[in-house]
Amino acid sequence: MADPSATNSADGLMIAVIADEDTVTGFLLAGVGNVDARRKSNFLVVDAKTTVPDIEAAFKDFTTRGDIAIILISQYIADMIRHLVHNYTKPVPAILEIPSKDHPYEPEKDSILSRVTHMLG
Amino acid sequence: MSSNNRLPVVPTVTVLAIIKARLLGATKGHQLLKKKADALNIKFRKVLAEIVKTKTEMGKTMKESAFELTQAKYAAGEHIKHTIFDNVEAAQVKVKAVTENVAGVKLPKFQYLNDGSESKMEMTGLGKGGQPIQNCRTANIKAIQLLVELASLQTSFLALDEAIKTTNRRVNALENVVIPKLENTITYIKGELDELEREEFFRLKKIQANKERDLALKEAEQAMALMGDAFGGGGSGGSNLVDGDHDEDQLFTS
Repeated sequence: MADPSATNSADGLMIAVIADEDTVTGFLLAGVGNVDARRKSNFLVVDAKTTVPDIEAAFKDFTTRGDIAIILISQYIADMIRHLVHNYTKPVPAILEIPSKDHPYEPEKDSILSRVTHMLG
Repeated sequence: MSSNNRLPVVPTVTVLAIIKARLLGATKGHQLLKKKADALNIKFRKVLAEIVKTKTEMGKTMKESAFELTQAKYAAGEHIKHTIFDNVEAAQVKVKAVTENVAGVKLPKFQYLNDGSESKMEMTGLGKGGQPIQNCRTANIKAIQLLVELASLQTSFLALDEAIKTTNRRVNALENVVIPKLENTITYIKGELDELEREEFFRLKKIQANKERDLALKEAEQAMALMGDAFGGGGSGGSNLVDGDHDEDQLFTS
């Protein structure tokens, strides 16, 4: 294991997921999940027991890892760490807010979409 | 006012030529940047429209995949998710980052990449609830593909936004600061050169006038001298032999 990020970027970057259990299950089934030798995963299941600092730590970890290109985050979870999501301006990894089953999707709350609609007028 | 808003230069012909060349360059650069900004804006509009479309589509797709998951759970039992979580190994679905070039701006773009390796996920539900689970899998793969597309649109959006801002800033800087400054400098240098030329002309005229005056003076002096010579010579040399003094006779005695 010389440089994990270098080898990973050669054959593609990963998609990270921060969402509720059902959403994560669905994406894992599709094959986005990755667990390395040190049991470090690229997804975080958020349930009632997960604390906001946990989510913040995972978000920061995913944004700085280097082998992740896209972070999918449920909108209601993004709301919990809205300050981090709002202040995140780098293009890669891209933050994507996705709707979740239990929480209806509100386009107004989306960081990017609010800017889009603001520009379209 | 115009004298304040100009470059500190020495008004000479050489500097004028240099400034003129700079103005030419600035005008050309302004035109090019304007074209670039237009190209970026067109792309930006396209991306914006597409983002809105894909976002709404995403809502639908996500709903579908959630429904499929519920079906799978119903068929295979609640414990299926533990199987799925345990089956996670190396990521099979990945994205490749490529760049798209729009008017010299590199836009990061993601490409959905499935390395096609065998995964245990394909075997999930072999014992129980196979069909709904595989349906759920395809629905989620579809959702992921859409999300990857959306992510690249979003990244393009951010990169374009930044590029448009800097380009517009440059266009405005050229239009409102650099070009007027150069133009003012050119008018200043031209004014100064005209002034110098007028001074030079005046000086030449003055010198000519002086020379003419000197020449006239000299000629007059010469004429005077000549005239004086003629009169003076006549007075001293030319005496009347007749009414002169008494001329003593010369007597030769031996």
